[in-house]
Amino acid sequence: MMQMPPPDPSVLSRRQAITDALNAALPGAVIQDPAETRAYECDALSAYRCAPLAVVLPRSTDEVSRLLRLCHELRVPVVPRGAGTSLAGGSMPTADAVVIGLSRMTDVLEISAPDRQIRVQAGRTNLSVSGAVEGLGFFYAPDPSSQLACAIGGNIAMNSGGAHCLKYGVTTNNLLGVTLVLMDGSVVELGGPMGEGPGLDLLGVVCGSEGQLGIVTEATLRILPRPAGARPALIGFDKAETAGACVAAIIRAGIIPVAIEFMDSPCIKATEAFAHAGYPDCEALLIVEVEGTPPEIDEQLALIRDIAMRFDPVEFRESGSDDESRRIWLGRKSAFGAMGQMGDYICLDGTIPVTALPRVLAGIGDLSRQYGLAVANVFHAGDGNMHPLIIYDANAPGDLDRAEDLGADILRLCVEVGGCLTGEHGVGIEKRDLMSVQFDPADLEAQMRVKDAFDPHWLLNAAKVFPLDVSAPRRDRRLNRTPHAA
Amino acid sequence: MPPEIMRPETEGQLADLIRGAIAPLSITGGGTRPWPGEGGGTHLDMTALTGVTLYEPEALTLVVRAGTPLETVRQTLAAEGQMLAFEPVGRDGSTIGGVAATNASGPRRVQAGAARDAMIGVRFVDGQGEVIRNGGRVMKNVTGYDLVKLMAGSRGRLGALTEISFRTAPLPPVTLTLALPDLDAAAAIPALSSALGGPYDVSGAAWLPGQGALIRLEGLAASVTSRAADLTDRLQAHGAVTEGNPQAWLLLCPNTQDPQADIWRITCRPSEAPAVLSHLPEPLSLDWGGALIHVRLPADQIPDLPHFSGHARRIRGAAPALHPAADPLTARLERDLRAQFDPRGLFGGDA
Repeated sequence: MMQMPPPDPSVLSRRQAITDALNAALPGAVIQDPAETRAYECDALSAYRCAPLAVVLPRSTDEVSRLLRLCHELRVPVVPRGAGTSLAGGSMPTADAVVIGLSRMTDVLEISAPDRQIRVQAGRTNLSVSGAVEGLGFFYAPDPSSQLACAIGGNIAMNSGGAHCLKYGVTTNNLLGVTLVLMDGSVVELGGPMGEGPGLDLLGVVCGSEGQLGIVTEATLRILPRPAGARPALIGFDKAETAGACVAAIIRAGIIPVAIEFMDSPCIKATEAFAHAGYPDCEALLIVEVEGTPPEIDEQLALIRDIAMRFDPVEFRESGSDDESRRIWLGRKSAFGAMGQMGDYICLDGTIPVTALPRVLAGIGDLSRQYGLAVANVFHAGDGNMHPLIIYDANAPGDLDRAEDLGADILRLCVEVGGCLTGEHGVGIEKRDLMSVQFDPADLEAQMRVKDAFDPHWLLNAAKVFPLDVSAPRRDRRLNRTPHAA
Repeated sequence: MPPEIMRPETEGQLADLIRGAIAPLSITGGGTRPWPGEGGGTHLDMTALTGVTLYEPEALTLVVRAGTPLETVRQTLAAEGQMLAFEPVGRDGSTIGGVAATNASGPRRVQAGAARDAMIGVRFVDGQGEVIRNGGRVMKNVTGYDLVKLMAGSRGRLGALTEISFRTAPLPPVTLTLALPDLDAAAAIPALSSALGGPYDVSGAAWLPGQGALIRLEGLAASVTSRAADLTDRLQAHGAVTEGNPQAWLLLCPNTQDPQADIWRITCRPSEAPAVLSHLPEPLSLDWGGALIHVRLPADQIPDLPHFSGHARRIRGAAPALHPAADPLTARLERDLRAQFDPRGLFGGDA
């Protein structure tokens, strides 16, 4: 079980004064009734919950600035929240924290087709960014699977990816600038044309800093011309290793598809039972999607077919129509829903070098048997970002702990083969205490020094990302300070 | 008097040298990308830290020590049909560490991103002599803060890079350059924006004096042919479209070692470029669809530019100059970060 530090008693004892001050600063934007703050007590890592001291929903950069200045003066911890879809507990509150939510900040501020960029308030959902530029023939490339709900501000905090980042990159590669409000309420513009500011790449380190350096209120995003079309092929194999080798061969041949998705046998069986996509009954399945005009797509798929045939697939199915494309994607897109039918699950997010795929799949199989818990694999094979799903029963005593221990062992395996703990979900509280598996003390110290520069009192989302014992001296330093008079 | 030089041969020696240093240091690779005001103090010459640590073409991954010549990297990758997608311009002696530390990125940035986008891991020694690792060797990694981006383009002001991991890319089988030779720099901007705004997967959008607007398409043969035909149709409205000089892409980054005059580097939104250009003499080049302007100006002159959203920097000349100056809050954050990584102020340079 993840632990959270005990709430700061000097904050809890001032609860009324703090909520009064928040209400005075931003009338109508504060939620403090326990029945209503409950909606904010967790994010998508719903096994962990804690109601915050209060929730505030500002409408502008200026309002966020006023709120943070106030919380800074009162030395009240703040937890930023986009849409609350974090799978890592990135926006889980603490009892002594004010949640600042972005859900009322959804405006489009500017669209420029000649500059291929859009500027939005950070509470706007990922999919509605693409929606705003669709009529101009553009789209916003990062496409996390929660894209219907997740907010751009959360995407920036976690440096979110998606299924198509093999070609288009993740959030950091598509982010040109942000308005960032620091914990003391000061407002800074980072980035610039091509994402480049005049000095250090502060934008680059803010992206992926999990809401620990400041609150992003506005973002300028790179938009791309929508490709003429896209079509997938489905390839089935009787061995997972062969599927892995086929992925390597496609990349080695100089083809970078927009997506290469991998599903293993437990995952294929579950999705077939759930979604009836008509997948072959086999050990491993790849969905490879390419983009372009019809002749370009034909040319790429022909090459992929030639390569795949060298690996003796049990099936090669090339989509010839939109309906066939939809059917090929149907199972993959239903995978998480199908897993939900099998039981409760933990979704891991480690990345491995693609060359280590056979070893890691075998290792996961061994661990699964050892713990007596089923694991299904569905992931982005082109970039090595795995999503093993550990199936458990939340009502069985001890099952969650066992599932978490199995997850930790799988992530240790990812690090051991040269990979990392998280490819796109973020560390949050979920992987916080595993950080020392991947990083030496000096590596973590260097990262915490960045937070020291942006948030010297460690008030912003402080109990996340770094192992609690590692960040304790910095967090405790704050507790020893007496609050300023407001 | 020539500068004093220290040339560590291992990361451990480098850490010892920095830990023992009592005077400012200039971390130096090939010394091929200096800006005015840089290069004071003892030179910490990184060119002995060489070698490819790991190369897995099927994983698109290269890990290489910072002092390795850029040319060696290029040949290593080319032997396996790959490249650095961000297309760094190199000169004799350029090192891969210098490329990373200056975020040196060529024309393909519009399609494939900058050096910082291809960098997936670093090792470096900070101002206390501490060895720090960040990122790794996988392209999708959000574990902890992204110090890789912070180090990219930091020009040796936070630490000395010792090893860098890159995402590599396949060499395109076919390349085609289209030109609109009649367009001057300002008239080229809308043509470049039009090309970049359509589904043509443009991998270069630039302008050079005497050559006009230049647009590059890369990929499989049939695909390049069909995109070129569609794009040519679209661009006719801007001027005559011909096949361009494929070598032009190598001429876009001016040689800052050329002592003739001051050279300025200006970034702006492409839509702002025509107004910026109207206050300047004919530029040396435009790149990134007009977002990057290089222009030669008389020595010590500061250009009088209208308001725009990027910045202008003198990259060749006597004194450092940046217009507009960094805002005070950004300057404070940079100062605080530098104090965290280099508390003794060894890595001077006020660029």
